Amino acid sequence: MATTTLTAPTEHACGPLLAAGHTACTGCGEALAAKLVLGAAGSNIIVTSATGCLEVFTTRFPQSSWEVPFIHSLFENSAAVASGIEAALKALGRQNEAKVIAQGGDGGTADIGLQALSGMLERGHDILYVCYDNEAYMNTGVQRSGLTPFDCMTTTSPYGEYSWGNKHNKKDMPGIAAAHGIPYVATASVAFPKDIENKVKKALTITGPKYLQIHSPCPLGWRSNPQLTIKVAKLAVETGLYPIFEIENGKVTKVRKVKTPKTPVEEYLKIQGRFAHLFKSAEAKEEIQKIQEIADRNIEKYGLA
Amino acid sequence: MRLDLGAIAKAGTSKANQTGSWRNFKPIFHQEKCIGCSLCKIYCPEGCVTMVEKKKYTVDYTYCKGCGICAEECSSSDIEMVMEEK
Ligand SMILES: Cc1ncc(C[n+]2csc(CCOP(=O)(O)OP(=O)(O)O)c2C)c(N)n1
Ligand code: SF4
Ligand code: SF4
Ligand code: SF4
Ligand SMILES: [Mg+2]
Repeated sequence: MATTTLTAPTEHACGPLLAAGHTACTGCGEALAAKLVLGAAGSNIIVTSATGCLEVFTTRFPQSSWEVPFIHSLFENSAAVASGIEAALKALGRQNEAKVIAQGGDGGTADIGLQALSGMLERGHDILYVCYDNEAYMNTGVQRSGLTPFDCMTTTSPYGEYSWGNKHNKKDMPGIAAAHGIPYVATASVAFPKDIENKVKKALTITGPKYLQIHSPCPLGWRSNPQLTIKVAKLAVETGLYPIFEIENGKVTKVRKVKTPKTPVEEYLKIQGRFAHLFKSAEAKEEIQKIQEIADRNIEKYGLA
Repeated sequence: MRLDLGAIAKAGTSKANQTGSWRNFKPIFHQEKCIGCSLCKIYCPEGCVTMVEKKKYTVDYTYCKGCGICAEECSSSDIEMVMEEK
């Protein structure tokens, strides 16, 4: 049987593995996150991506930004397709030739792809799953997802007379992944690229299923200034609203501490249009207080102070 | 357009899209106060900043969309955003 090599084309091996010319919006955090993940993983990988912004802006057919073997799955089954690739590599005895990375947005991961992901985690596939968390279904025009934060305005959780925006809390997706008893779960943020690199590299040395969730600002859906993508991401971490941690075999082993005195959540909220309604009335102060309590609970829960 | 079985696309072919045409503002890398921290290169979502030498970085305007992240994050305020004129 003829075999083909699994390595990426050498022509671009020294350049970024996510080629320029992709059509992500100006200042897109998800494009940056994917660039950093690929850069850390290196070229001996096979990647899948669920439908969503990342897949759409990198695969304007017949073009592709991927410099590594890439498969676009459906919206709901990135983890299942990656499971098949990993199983095939094993069956061929070629599992040492490439690492498998499955990717999805927050909607593709925590909502519609949750079942496929759970199966992948349960079966123990040797795959790194990366969730690019921009906190809504951005590719179809900013609908809320299970990872949209509390009181956030989206097109399906509008602010108005009867609503402060999204009335549900952000789903604890890393906790759900960890509950499968997998060896490695971590969160990260585009504000801290070295941390992303370390976590990707570390995850790829561990055999079994790994889950990495990266906070990736979306200037379009968050109605934030593209120039401030890194500032916004940093503030999410510094306020405690996006806790950065590692969970190894069920135990929190490392966290990124927040500064004391703590940064009030207003600092983060006020630079994003998706929270602008929280600065328009006196009653909104109570809502901001609720968001501060979410940050405080995170700080307490993960020992961030 | 012809769709082959499996809709296979060639690696890295998005480079044909010259996304630099999207720009409203343009980063000017002054190359004067640069300390070589590399943040501009690391944070650029387009991957279009490169190092010329240790304390000299440059941008490929073919792809730069002018987001301004490099200018905002530069450790030594050595990158300036100016209005694009075409
Ligand atoms: C089964 C199915 N339902 C709906 C869609 C439409 N759809 C495509 S991408 C998308 C949203 C993706 O959101 P997310 O996973 O958060 O990724 P993002 O675009 O935000 O990066 C939706 C609803 C689809 N492609 N397939
Ligand atoms: S909508 Fe948001 S996530 Fe999608 S390409 Fe634009 S900035 Fe990136
Ligand atoms: S303005 Fe944005 S796209 Fe252009 S070089 Fe700077 S970071 Fe990259
Ligand atoms: S961010 Fe500024 S100081 Fe750092 S390498 Fe780039 S130009 Fe130089
Ligand atoms: Mg999303």
